[in-house]
Amino acid sequence: MTLNWFKFASPPAFYSLAGRLIPLFWGLTLILLVVGLYWGFFQTTDQLGGGNPQKEYYRIIFIHVSSAWMSMWLYFVMVAWAAIGLVFNTRLSFMMAKAIAPTGALFTFLALWTGAFWGRPSWGTYWDWDPRLTSELVLFFMYIGYMALHSAIDDIRRADRASALLAIVGLVMVPVIFWSINCPDPNQCAALHQRSNLTKIDGNILFAMLTMSLAFWMYSFATTFMRLRSLILTREAESVWVQELLIHRGEQ
Amino acid sequence: MIEFFTQGGYAFFVWGAYGMVALLLIAEVIQLRAQYRALFVRLNRLNRMRQVDQNQ
Repeated sequence: MTLNWFKFASPPAFYSLAGRLIPLFWGLTLILLVVGLYWGFFQTTDQLGGGNPQKEYYRIIFIHVSSAWMSMWLYFVMVAWAAIGLVFNTRLSFMMAKAIAPTGALFTFLALWTGAFWGRPSWGTYWDWDPRLTSELVLFFMYIGYMALHSAIDDIRRADRASALLAIVGLVMVPVIFWSINCPDPNQCAALHQRSNLTKIDGNILFAMLTMSLAFWMYSFATTFMRLRSLILTREAESVWVQELLIHRGEQ
Repeated sequence: MIEFFTQGGYAFFVWGAYGMVALLLIAEVIQLRAQYRALFVRLNRLNRMRQVDQNQ
């Protein structure tokens, strides 16, 4: 069987493909959420008591780290689609980039929010102008800026290209966030945020953390595809296939 | 069971973090479904308006 991948670059083909994939991604999201939350809350209780320094708020790690990873990963994917759109001038790529932005902004906000609720009991403060926290906040503004610029330009093609360019420039923030905790000398840059070292993490915590990250990733696929379907219909409203779809749906 | 809700005295922080995640993720899905449905209503209405125009 030969599969023509370029077929799905056409909006009507991707519209129906996304429609078939969305329930699959919702199913995976639910399964991963149940497993991840159960494991995080009930299989890591050996972290408490005894000689262990952990308090119950360590459980925020399962949503905090996964939101933060998604915030950076979705920005990267958004820029990749924006760049493909600019190079090949493909309509669907720009729509994909635009569909990712709100979900990316959401996870960036959640990374900041869950971080604040973790920082208060562990560091004694909700917020600090630490390099990691500050650069994550800038990433949030990059998402907002991308969406604001897109909606400020009436001509869709110009809006796509201008906001794609802005997104690409903003990509510089992702490595800054990623390496902002590896401050070589604490006297030179006051980093409050912990360094991350996945090899030192307890196996059960790591399992729950990775499961929750996968759950958020599948969730992002589902919501991005839902938003993309609305976007395709809006932009292709005048085309024959959308008109046929409306008639077909009206008969049901 | 009570231990689960109190989270060792850190209920405000644990549930404050989890609550916001749940709230925003669910709100996003509700918004997306409403947007999709509203779009069909709007496109169908546009089509009916066009048909009325043609009949006149």
